[in-house]
Amino acid sequence: MATEFVARGADLELKGIRKEFPGFTAIEGLDLHIPAGEFFALLGPSGCGKTTTLRLVAGLDEPTKGQILIGGKDVTHTKAHERPVNTVFQSYALFPHMSVLENVAFGLKQRKIDDPMSKAQASLDLVELGHLALRRPAQLSGGQQQRVALARALVNRPSLLLLDEPLGALDLKLRRQMQIELKAIQMEVGLTFLHVTHDQEEAMDMADTVAVMNKGRIEQMGSPEKLYDRPKTVFVSKFLGQSNLFVGNVEEENASSISINVAGSKITVPKDRAEKHKGKIAVGVRPEKAFFHEEKPKLGAGHNLIGPGEIIDIRFTGVSNQYLIEIPNLGNVTVFAQNIGKSPVTELGAKVWVSWKVEHAFGLSDLPTNTGNETITESITVQ
Amino acid sequence: MAFAAFSHGGGGSKKTAAPASKGSGKVALLLLLPGLLYLAVFFIAPLFSLIATSLQTMDISSGFPIYNYGFQVSNYVDVVSQYGPQIFRSFFYALLATISALVISYPLAYFIGVKARRWPLLQGLMLTLVIAPFFISFLLRTFAWKQIFSNESWIVTSLQQIGLLSPDQYLVGTPFMVIFGLTYNFIPFMTLPLYTTLERLDIRYLEAGADLYASPRKTFMKVTLPLSMPGIVSGTLLTFIPIAGDYVNASGLFLGSTETSMLGNVVESKFLKSYEYPTASALSVILMGAILLLVTLYVRKSGTDDLL
Repeated sequence: MATEFVARGADLELKGIRKEFPGFTAIEGLDLHIPAGEFFALLGPSGCGKTTTLRLVAGLDEPTKGQILIGGKDVTHTKAHERPVNTVFQSYALFPHMSVLENVAFGLKQRKIDDPMSKAQASLDLVELGHLALRRPAQLSGGQQQRVALARALVNRPSLLLLDEPLGALDLKLRRQMQIELKAIQMEVGLTFLHVTHDQEEAMDMADTVAVMNKGRIEQMGSPEKLYDRPKTVFVSKFLGQSNLFVGNVEEENASSISINVAGSKITVPKDRAEKHKGKIAVGVRPEKAFFHEEKPKLGAGHNLIGPGEIIDIRFTGVSNQYLIEIPNLGNVTVFAQNIGKSPVTELGAKVWVSWKVEHAFGLSDLPTNTGNETITESITVQ
Repeated sequence: MAFAAFSHGGGGSKKTAAPASKGSGKVALLLLLPGLLYLAVFFIAPLFSLIATSLQTMDISSGFPIYNYGFQVSNYVDVVSQYGPQIFRSFFYALLATISALVISYPLAYFIGVKARRWPLLQGLMLTLVIAPFFISFLLRTFAWKQIFSNESWIVTSLQQIGLLSPDQYLVGTPFMVIFGLTYNFIPFMTLPLYTTLERLDIRYLEAGADLYASPRKTFMKVTLPLSMPGIVSGTLLTFIPIAGDYVNASGLFLGSTETSMLGNVVESKFLKSYEYPTASALSVILMGAILLLVTLYVRKSGTDDLL
C-alpha cells in the first residue's frame, strides 16, 4: 500500500478544483492551501459545496478539473484507500457487524500495522471509551459513536483528518464538550484537520483558519477574528454573525476615510476597512458594536450617528438583549446590549438614536441583493 | 412461508416480538389463535399422521399388502440402506445447485440493489425480469429446457463437434442437466432475498471501508459480504430446502433419468405409483429431519442471529 504510518500532519493544496454533477456545478475554481498541522474549517450553508470538497480530498469523488496535493504529492487520481487521509463521517458510518474495537482496528489491519488491537485499544482509551471496546456500535449513544468514529480515524495517524460535520447530531452541551476535546486532541497529535461545518460558532471556536464557502467558491478566508471583524462580502458579514448593512453612494472622501449618504444620514468608514472607495457601496456594523441613546448624544467625528428611530422588538437571550430599531428611511437596525446590570432597558416604542465608532464600521465589496435603503439585519444562522 | 421470509430479509430469526405491555398479552394471544389453529390442523396433525404412517407394519397374508399401525422402526433402516444413494444425491445436488444459484444471483442482486439505485426504472424493470419466469408454469419451462438440450439440438451437436461431449454423450439425463434445471428454477428465490438485503446496504459503510485503506475487494469481503449475510442465509434456505425435496427436475420425464433420481422422485413413486406408504413416509420424515438439522447447524454457524 502506498501509505506509510506517519505521525505528523501534511499540508493540503487544492488547485483550480471544479466539480460538476449532472445538472449542476458543485464547485468551481476552488484554490486552497492548508498548512501542515493547522485546524482548518470550511464553513458554509448546506449545498455550498463544502462536503463535496471534503469528498474530493478523501478520494470518494473525483474532481472534473484541477489538482489535489497532499504533502506535495499529487493524489488527484489516487484511489481513496491509497490516500493518507481519514474521515470522520457525518453519519459516523461505524460498521454495525463489528465490535467497537474491531471498528477502530480496521484501518490498522488493512495496512498490516503491527499489533492493531492494542493500538486500537489505546486510541479508544484516548477518547475515554476503552471500557466499551467489546460493545457493538448500536449499543452506544450518539456521542459515544461520534468518539468511536474519531478514534477509528485518529488511530491511523493520517496526514490529514477530515471531519464532515461530525458534531451535528449531538446536543448542545455534548457538542461543546466534544469541540474542546477535538481541539485538545488536534493540538496533542499535531495532525492537519479539515473540518467542514455549517455552524459558525463551532468554526470560529475551533479553527485556526476559517474559509467561508458559498455557491461552490470561497468567499473569504482568514483567522476567525479577522473574518468577524472585517468581513469583505455581504454573505460573509451575514453568515458569520449578524450585521447591520447600509447602502449608499460615496459622497465624501478624505485621507483616511470615506462617507456614504444613506437617506440623508452620513455614515463614515475608514478607508483601510473598506473594499471599495467609490460609487455605491455597502457599509456595515456588528450589532454588539452599536449603541442606542434615548436622547440625541453629542458625539465627535469618530462616531456614526443615525436616528431617531423606534424600538419595535426586544429579545432577551440571557447574556444580552437584542433590540430591533426601526429608523425611518434607513430600515431596521439591530443592537445588542449586554446584560451587565446597567444595560439601557427601554420600553418598546421608545424613541432612540443609534451610534457606533467609525473604526468599527466595514465596507463591503458587493451589495445586498435587495438593494436600496433597506438594511439587512437578520442572520442566516441564528444558533 | 417463502414470502414471509423475504419480508424481514432473513430466515432463521428466532426473535419474536414481545407484547408491549401485560394488558395486550390477551389480545396478542387472541390474534395468534387463528394462526395456531391453522398450524395445529394443517401442520401438526399431518406431521403426526406422517410419522405414524412411517412406522406402519405390512401384512401380505391376504395376497396384497395391507398396512396396519405399528411401531416398525426397521422401516427407517430399510429405507436408508435401500435409498442411500438417492438421499445422498438429494443433498449433494441441492448443495451444488444452491451454490450455483448464489454465485449467479449475488452479482445480479448487487447490480439491481446497489448499482441501479440511481435508475429506479431500470431497477423495477430488472426485478420484473427476475420474477417474470413465474408467469409461466415451471413445468413448461423445465420441459422447454429439455427440448433446448435434447439429443438432436444444435447445442448438443455443436458440443459434440468441438469435443466437449463425446459422440455418444448427451446432456438430458445427466447430473449436470438436473443441477442446471434446479439452479435455473430456484434463482429467483435466491435473488429476491439477496436483493432486499443489498437494497438496504448503506453505501456509506463502503466509503468508510475505502477511507480506512481497504481496497474494493477487501471492502467487499469485510463489509459488504458480512452485511449481506441475512440475505445470503435466507436465500440459501429458500433454495436449498425446496431443492432437496424437488422431484420434477430430476425425474426422467424432465431433465433427469433413473441415474439422477433424488429423494423426491422415490417418495413420489412410492406414494403415487406403488402405494408403499410406510416407505414413502419414512423417506419424507428423513428428508425433513435432515433438512431441519442442516438448517439449524447452518444458521448457528453463519452467526446471523444478531444481524437479523
